Amino acid sequence: MSATQHLDFTQIYHHSPFHDRIEAISQVKSWSAWNGVQTARVFDTVASEYFAARSTTSVMDLTPMEKYRITGPDANEYLNHLVTRDVSKLKPGRVSYVVWCNDEGKVIDDGTIFHLREGEYRLCAAHHQLDWLLLSAEGYDVEIEEETFDIAALSVQGPTSCSVLTAAGIDGLDSLKPFGLIHANLNGFEVCVSRTGFTGDLGYELWCDPEHALAMWDAIFDVKARGLYDVRPLGLEALAMVRVEAGFILPGDDFNPADSTVRAGHDRSPFELGLGWLVNFDKPYFTGKKALLAEKQKPTARQMVKLVVEGNKLPVDSFLFDRKNGKRVGTIKAYTWSPILKANLAFAEIDTKNGVVPQEVWAEIYYSKELEWHSTWAKCSVTDKPFWNPERKSMTPPSAF
Amino acid sequence: MVNTQRNYDAIVIGAGHNGLTNAAFLAKAGLDVLVLEKNPEIGGATISRELHEGWKYSNCSYVCSLFRPEIYQALDLGRHGLEVVPLQGSTTFMQNGDYFGSYHQGPINRREIRRHSKRDADAAVRFNADLMKWCRLIRGFLLRTPPDPASFKMRDAMEFAHLLKQFYKLSESQIYEFIRFFTMSIAEYLEMYFESDVILAHYSGGSIIGTGLGVYSPGTAYVLLHHAMGDVDGNVGSWGFARGGMGSISKAIAGALQAHGGAIRRDAEVAKINVSGGKATGVTLTNGEEVNAKIVISNLDVQRTFTKIMEEKDLPEDVVTKAKNFKIRGSSGKLNIALDGMPSFPALPKGSPLTLGHMHFTDTLERLERAYDDWKDDMWSQDPYVDIVIPTQYDPTMAPPGKHMMSVFVQYCPVEPEGGWTDEKRDAFGATVINQIADYSPDFKDLLLHAEVRTPREIELEVGLTGGNIFQGELTLDQLMFNRPFPGYAQYRGPVKGMYMCSSSTHPGGGVMGAPGANSAREILRDLGKDNTVPEDFGDD
Repeated sequence: MSATQHLDFTQIYHHSPFHDRIEAISQVKSWSAWNGVQTARVFDTVASEYFAARSTTSVMDLTPMEKYRITGPDANEYLNHLVTRDVSKLKPGRVSYVVWCNDEGKVIDDGTIFHLREGEYRLCAAHHQLDWLLLSAEGYDVEIEEETFDIAALSVQGPTSCSVLTAAGIDGLDSLKPFGLIHANLNGFEVCVSRTGFTGDLGYELWCDPEHALAMWDAIFDVKARGLYDVRPLGLEALAMVRVEAGFILPGDDFNPADSTVRAGHDRSPFELGLGWLVNFDKPYFTGKKALLAEKQKPTARQMVKLVVEGNKLPVDSFLFDRKNGKRVGTIKAYTWSPILKANLAFAEIDTKNGVVPQEVWAEIYYSKELEWHSTWAKCSVTDKPFWNPERKSMTPPSAF
Repeated sequence: MVNTQRNYDAIVIGAGHNGLTNAAFLAKAGLDVLVLEKNPEIGGATISRELHEGWKYSNCSYVCSLFRPEIYQALDLGRHGLEVVPLQGSTTFMQNGDYFGSYHQGPINRREIRRHSKRDADAAVRFNADLMKWCRLIRGFLLRTPPDPASFKMRDAMEFAHLLKQFYKLSESQIYEFIRFFTMSIAEYLEMYFESDVILAHYSGGSIIGTGLGVYSPGTAYVLLHHAMGDVDGNVGSWGFARGGMGSISKAIAGALQAHGGAIRRDAEVAKINVSGGKATGVTLTNGEEVNAKIVISNLDVQRTFTKIMEEKDLPEDVVTKAKNFKIRGSSGKLNIALDGMPSFPALPKGSPLTLGHMHFTDTLERLERAYDDWKDDMWSQDPYVDIVIPTQYDPTMAPPGKHMMSVFVQYCPVEPEGGWTDEKRDAFGATVINQIADYSPDFKDLLLHAEVRTPREIELEVGLTGGNIFQGELTLDQLMFNRPFPGYAQYRGPVKGMYMCSSSTHPGGGVMGAPGANSAREILRDLGKDNTVPEDFGDD
């Protein structure tokens, strides 16, 4: 090595290519780190950002999400061995939601595989995966490159998102189906647009060279400047609300990723997470198959479920019981008050009865009013469907709003 | 003050931190306890001394992490003057002018690993999780008495069952990995995770400190754990500075001991443990004075205890043989340096926080192994591994304002070089280390006001650690848990009635933990039928 490339140790958080815009648009300067990147918790108020995602268009910087480029003759075979779902027939221009497990069948992470162009894939992940991806590549003729900061990405979500992006100058969105992607042109540079997202609503994710990051941001926010549609940035706190409404679990928040779990038994299988639908035993082989087949022989002892919690008291870190003052059967993992459904929604892990998930449990909820603490009980109903799943999410072509 | 006619309940030989801890718990239980110390100052290897006016050195041990918080709390050491301030980060300087920094802030730390290897940055997640698995298991045994695996006593069986139960809380694959971990070399272990030379070297350091082993020697992976299993306020793996130097730890424990009515006598070297009718009756000092006690506890290492201050005729033959064969080879040296100002390290960017942490100059596994090769040839390492800290960046009590104290731990240094140690050889050893530092810090020599150079000879002569071994016995599997110090004697009871051991030669070993002293006190109180004053492990879950 020649001259040392020092880190700037005074800059604790990495800056994304959108940093200048994000810094400027943030009104409250409330920051947090997402994979080490400075990320806004709130820009303005949580409510205004939440309703941008549900009523107009919200924009979030996706750059911190881990991204890996996977190419080479065995790329598809490799990915199909890595993840539990069958992705052998994933066509170019399509995206698939996947999880991957260790040999014990415990989930390491979840993410999406983008088949960008024939034989060229991108894997998006919640956590750092290069170590695992390379360990898994033994015997495969593939190239795996981490490209997290080589790609600038924005998530543009909300009922007017198609209209906003079309007004910004992107063509071809009318025919883009959910989990599809196109390579489009925006003011002279290439943008990959996928109809994907983390809000459970109509929405898109835009991917470009970091060199064009600010131009991409400006093209979208210019739609607002032109007075056509409202566009607002989305912070992590509003995202935490919409993702629970959408029914998306978050590795590291709702369950421990297997590779960083210390205590035996504190990691989870896809079945325990309610993600059994992602496991395809018809595939000849995938990492964790043997363990998952063995697990399948026995009833799942506990399972992640979606709960609707009655009343208006948030089930913050609540224990769950089979009845009021009854036996403890579980804990809350994530929760939100849903402004659009006017209900408390939660992810919870509950004990099954011989593999059968009880449909009703009770939460003991502690809450404070002007610093005085109270406790109450709330009935919780298990639901299988996403809490929020509007028709507009999957309509093609999408409606204008 | 000290009444030599008096028959003490207990005499503890050696006012090192374990002796003091042991005595404090006995005094807390109401025993009339006397601690005898050969030196004019207490502390043993946990000491702060002023050898250059205005500067205080942590002469031997220099950072704190393993000291059991349960003991800290139970003896109220905070109110007796102890304060442990977390130390931030570490650096390995490279021969090409670059460096690898381990920053105390997570996001920068990760970016710095990525600067050297993207893959290693992600592998660090797996490495840290795996290390924590073993830490959690081991930590739970620190404040427990090892069971005797050959004993049919109910208590041993129960304790052995407990040990197995903890073990089987690991998953199947963790059990396999753990057994491998215990028998592997640190180099092989780390190579399962990392690819960057400097990162491999950086993480290896902790596994050779204090040992007569090299980075490729089986068993060194465990030593890393021994250095990583401590914590500062729950931050496992973190190290801290005792404000005022390591002597503050012994002073605080001594304060607790005295508050509970115990006494300490300095300049009182024990020549012999007196045994009569197969029972310890007290000690004879080197001045011929006899001090009587119902029980005698030795805080000296077991080789010294059983070959120097006990008579062969009073001991079972096997104990003498085992003590003679006890592995207690010294391998470390130490320089304590008074500096006229803060030395510069031009490889680091201006204002870098990395000088706040540990600093090393060995950037490859090969150089670490070569340093070991020299030791095997009875030479000090020509290119030694050093662990440097400058606590005065945090601690206002150890040097005048603007001046600094540098502690330089050196691995390896032989027990005896060919022809034996002389003052000239000691100074040549010091010069080797000073020259290495000067290679990375051009103004270092100009700032140097005073240096205390300590080889195993000085460490043994002053502190009484046989061979200058800082752990009071090698931390290898044959000398750990129920094998420490030797099989059949791992429960702190000596071979003679009324005689006990509380030094780091006993489980769980060296490293300023206080655990051997506390565990030994628990066994003594049990034998005496007294209420236990020794705290239980806080537990993790």
